[in-house]
Amino acid sequence: MTAYLKMDEPDHRRRLDETVQGIIGTAMDRPDGAAKVTGTAIYAHEDQPKGMAHGVFARAPVAKGTLTRIDGEKLRALPGVLAVLSGPKFLRNPAQGGANEAPVQGSETIAYLGQPIALVVAETFEQARHAAHMLEMEITSEDGLINPEDAGYETPEDQQDSQGDLEQAMRDAARSVDVTYTTPSHNSGAMEPHASIAAWDGDRLTLRGSYQMPNYNQYELADSLGVEPENVRILAPFVGGGFGSKLGIAPEAVAAALAAREVGRPVGVALTRQQVFEATMRRSESRQRVRLCVDSEGRLTGIGHEAYVSNLPDEEFSEPVTQATPFLYAGAHRVIGHHIARVHRTCAGSVRAPGESIGVTVLENAMDELAHDLKIDPIELRLKNIPDKNPTSGLPFSSHTLAQALKTGRDRFGWDQRNPEPRSRREGEWLLGMGMASAVRVNILSEARARVTLSPGGTALVETDMTDIGTGTYAILTQICGEMLGLAGDKVIVSLGDTDHPHGPGSGGSWGAASSGTAVFLACQKIRAEVAKKLDADEADLTFKDGTIIYGNRQAPLSDLIDQEIAVEGHVEPGKTSDEVTQATYGAHFAEVAVNAVTGETRVRRMLGVFAAGRILNAKTARSQCLGGMTFGIGMALTEEIAHDPRDGHIVNHDFAEYHLPVNADVPQLDVVLLEERDDYANPLQAKGIGELGICGAAAAITNAIFNATGVRVRDYPATLDKVLAGLPQKA
Amino acid sequence: MRTFEYSRAADPGEAARFAHEGATIIAGGTNLLDLMKLEVMAPDRLIDINRLDLKWIESTQDGGLRIGTLVSNSDLAADMRVREGWPVLSKALLSGATGQLRNKATTGGNLLQRTRCYYFYDTDMPCNKREPGSGCAALGGFNRIHAILGTSDQCIATHPSDMAVAMRTLDAKVEILSNEEGVRMIDLGDLYRLPGDTPHIETTLKPGEMITHVILPPPLEGRQIYRKVRDRASYAFALVSIAAAVDVQDGKIATAKLAFGGVGPCPWRMPQVENLLTGQTPSAHLWEKATDLLLEDATGQGSNDFKIPLLRRTLAAVMDEATRGDGK
Repeated sequence: MTAYLKMDEPDHRRRLDETVQGIIGTAMDRPDGAAKVTGTAIYAHEDQPKGMAHGVFARAPVAKGTLTRIDGEKLRALPGVLAVLSGPKFLRNPAQGGANEAPVQGSETIAYLGQPIALVVAETFEQARHAAHMLEMEITSEDGLINPEDAGYETPEDQQDSQGDLEQAMRDAARSVDVTYTTPSHNSGAMEPHASIAAWDGDRLTLRGSYQMPNYNQYELADSLGVEPENVRILAPFVGGGFGSKLGIAPEAVAAALAAREVGRPVGVALTRQQVFEATMRRSESRQRVRLCVDSEGRLTGIGHEAYVSNLPDEEFSEPVTQATPFLYAGAHRVIGHHIARVHRTCAGSVRAPGESIGVTVLENAMDELAHDLKIDPIELRLKNIPDKNPTSGLPFSSHTLAQALKTGRDRFGWDQRNPEPRSRREGEWLLGMGMASAVRVNILSEARARVTLSPGGTALVETDMTDIGTGTYAILTQICGEMLGLAGDKVIVSLGDTDHPHGPGSGGSWGAASSGTAVFLACQKIRAEVAKKLDADEADLTFKDGTIIYGNRQAPLSDLIDQEIAVEGHVEPGKTSDEVTQATYGAHFAEVAVNAVTGETRVRRMLGVFAAGRILNAKTARSQCLGGMTFGIGMALTEEIAHDPRDGHIVNHDFAEYHLPVNADVPQLDVVLLEERDDYANPLQAKGIGELGICGAAAAITNAIFNATGVRVRDYPATLDKVLAGLPQKA
Repeated sequence: MRTFEYSRAADPGEAARFAHEGATIIAGGTNLLDLMKLEVMAPDRLIDINRLDLKWIESTQDGGLRIGTLVSNSDLAADMRVREGWPVLSKALLSGATGQLRNKATTGGNLLQRTRCYYFYDTDMPCNKREPGSGCAALGGFNRIHAILGTSDQCIATHPSDMAVAMRTLDAKVEILSNEEGVRMIDLGDLYRLPGDTPHIETTLKPGEMITHVILPPPLEGRQIYRKVRDRASYAFALVSIAAAVDVQDGKIATAKLAFGGVGPCPWRMPQVENLLTGQTPSAHLWEKATDLLLEDATGQGSNDFKIPLLRRTLAAVMDEATRGDGK
């Protein structure tokens, strides 16, 4: 049985406000939580079958060139070595998110330093790693462009947009800013390094991997190997963080599959941390020019946002920096520009809210500059410029919570304590300041399927290949199913990350919860209807609670009404509500920082994030998502930067000792407020994506606070002490 | 990782003997094991000294301390005698690494840890320290964490220790057991060699020599400060650090001992700077003069140019703090 919905109409019923089980939205513990914190949840590389051999990659030591020969024979003499592989099927880099087909393949053509161009297979990981280290390769090196500014930029026609006459608006403006910021390359920083274990059973391949979107990965892996997708099964029940880096099938999965066929045994390939940095995705560095102009009342008359990013040759992805700029603020005259350089650096792809992470951040810095120039409160400037419809497309908004988030945050944070005059608060050596920024992220519904099976005994099973990458999918699907079918949380079993299950939407773009949750909702709704048939009733008139059905003045246990399992596959597809309204999530970030007047070191003292993302499905996991985003915001603002070698572009700081994610001591008290909201256009749950919202704009609140503390405007991220120091007066 | 032989030393003499025969000593392993996995170091033999009876901190007759080489960084930082008499050492230790690493890292190992130069850790990159004669990729590369003092055209790496900077200020001595010469004692400052043309030779230890103890002279008069400037609040190496022990008498600086981390190939100390300060009245002008002297030969390498003004500002702040009020 199936239950299908194309989301063409808003759903004003708000079913989950009528159901009475009472677990939706609560801070229910994760069903998988105990297994994870006790180390009994099995992650990809831990699921080792008997007889598994280990593969370790050898990397290209040059940025551009040709691999002409590898000397595998010599290695065969080393202890434990079973095989040395390379060839046309090797992936140059991971597939981009949702590609559904193989990325660029072939180990012969070297496109960046760090490209995995050979795999050494041995009995143990240590043997394989040593042998990979010893592998002799003949490589013809060529000159390749490394630096985006040297390479020059392409300007794809379909990525430019303008309306009105921004140049003229800038000339006519009462005030304007025209500023350029840069952001560096970022690494996703997922805790679990990428790993795959491949095992063949005849023609059928099972791959245990650490992947966010098995629904696409199955087809990407099959295409890469040249086999039928039906013969490929991917398992990813636990994923130790992804943040975009595990969206597409990656080199280790394909190499593991090739190696397993070659040696006739299961083969596991786990990347080292250094390889994760070099051979999976980076976020592109960016140069962004923002122009803002206002009339004498402080109303925006124009917005320009032009982004310059990079990627490897032949990669379609380019960081969508300006994604939220077309609709965040009003202004009749607008320019969106997008430019991409082709360089021989590690592949650029989705990392932590691609687009808005860095784009909203820079736009929000420019807004702060404008507010300062205008001598108007930065919150006031934003409130004045919230559009009543999408200023670019003219479409209505599905809902709009930015003003509420700004005002809620203003009161809660104690914004009235901020002195707008920079460098006006001091404690000893520390200069104190406050800053804020808007948060915004587009909302997306993605096609999703899930099967729900209700048993007469009063338990339910939810099956989909949707993943839980630490986000809380196990918890929220349990809650949606339990709420709809009137079952306690422990009566619902959720099985994820298996492509033999119906295809979910995958975890990415913050769409996973609402999309897979809607598929579960639809299935449950149909199951309710099946139960209602037995009573000749309408399902909406039944009350499901704790395994019993209440109808009028009758009450009966589920087992009285059904004598066999009811299984329904829910299936949702996006429809007109994705095209006819503008859907987004909003929020506001507030930060207080202390900047050392002697050294330029910045320490964040406290942060507040106020967010609205439709119905909150689980108060605890939603909050955790926001905390994580804000923490990444601290990293983006202050410490995180991939350093590319100026000569060959390789990632110099390719480990967690030198790529500085924020550590505990960098993260102060973080306060999160989730606003009540229902977005009927989003889906029947009225829920929107929350995973990425917390990082969008967060870094700007911090750097704006640095300006308020010091009067120093750092326009090249991250705001490391040397850049702050450059603007501090000689005398501390 | 390359296959290696492993054995456990029964006594210090055996460890020195094995070391003389080419074995590499392993204690906490917090640095060596990483280097072995990357094959930056690929010893054929390891001699494990963890079970030797060198885990104790003893008070010496003259009021100093004798610290066994296996005393963990955590234990040394927490020792009440250290906290009271040599607080600069305790503070320096606690500013280094992380709690987990400090629990494993040892006193001797900390002194002998290798540089954190990115290019040293990448075996596809030229590095004179790892592979003599291959070149230095840090020159002309990304060198934010690199040295501004004591470098050569062969190597610009820093010594990453915090602990050693404090010990240098405290005039620590190193007790060394030699397989051939018995026990000898040197100043900590004499343990390290500047890179010159042989950056792969980092210390004056000879094959078959093992650090068994670090000796601290009796506590110094005056105020002790350890200030570390870094890119994040924990788990980051010093961009600039200063260990200061300064005594002010009658408004004048009686003694000033200063060592610097994050700026040189070894914990850096410059007696001329201390002489310049001694006997003088604290003033911003004096700090300027002292820093001018300290930085006379400083060279930035591009990404680390900021260390020069940073060191200037940090030293002034440390000296202000050290000499504020009556010097107590």
